[in-house]
Amino acid sequence: MATLSFFYFGTIIVLCAVLVVALRNPVQSVIALLVMLFHVAGLFVTLHAEFLAAVQLIVYAGAILVLYLFVLMILNLQRDDAYQRQVMLGLGIGLLALAEVVVLISTAALPDEPVNGRTAPGGAVEALVGNTEAVGTALYTTYLFPFEVASLVLLVAMVGAILMAKKGIMGPEEKESK
Amino acid sequence: MIPLSYYMILSAIVFITGVVGVLIRRNIIMLLLSIELMLNATNINFVAFSHYLDNVAGQVFVFFTLTVAAAEVAVGLAIIIALHRVKATMNVEELNLMKW
Repeated sequence: MATLSFFYFGTIIVLCAVLVVALRNPVQSVIALLVMLFHVAGLFVTLHAEFLAAVQLIVYAGAILVLYLFVLMILNLQRDDAYQRQVMLGLGIGLLALAEVVVLISTAALPDEPVNGRTAPGGAVEALVGNTEAVGTALYTTYLFPFEVASLVLLVAMVGAILMAKKGIMGPEEKESK
Repeated sequence: MIPLSYYMILSAIVFITGVVGVLIRRNIIMLLLSIELMLNATNINFVAFSHYLDNVAGQVFVFFTLTVAAAEVAVGLAIIIALHRVKATMNVEELNLMKW
């Protein structure tokens, strides 16, 4: 059952990833990415990261992709979208890198099954409480400082996005002098 | 039980699909979508390692990846809109204002 679900999710993920890159129409690419994100969330559920699966759906599918769709519709793109000239070169580099990574992974000593009994942050906690509590405990104790820095990153991104997308904040004379 | 290497190979395939997308697409929005693919590939890796090594830190790092992805999308799309106002094209080959 676990094997079946992994191969189902994996096949759809790879298929949709290739479609995202290959489809000519950007809106279709965004829809393919949406399907891929749903299946990544399913993969997270099979890996017992239920909270992250929910966050993946809410943040990625709910917020980020909708933002992409809004911008695509505001800009009203035509599908003039040919590939770059170096398609063959890009595919060759990609296949080469993929072969290298597959060789590296297949020769590495990776665990076949989850290792248990580690006293890592959340390891023992997660057995007692749920996944959400374990993630929250780690996030607000061990990783409190990176969490605060992440909020600062979001603030800076928000200010930057408003500043750049706002019309006329550069002043009309600056634009004409360019 | 599925070996950890399967998840890593899945993640590598998705990541390299994103890299190829950055290399071969000309639409600047498609470049941002390819970067999303790469970020998702790393998320799969983080969660798989978190499960197999029984360590919740991997899932915490996915949170930070999500934060960075959200910030990247907001700033990237704002740049695209500002760029579209200056020069009405999405083709990265024509966006050479700063080319020396």
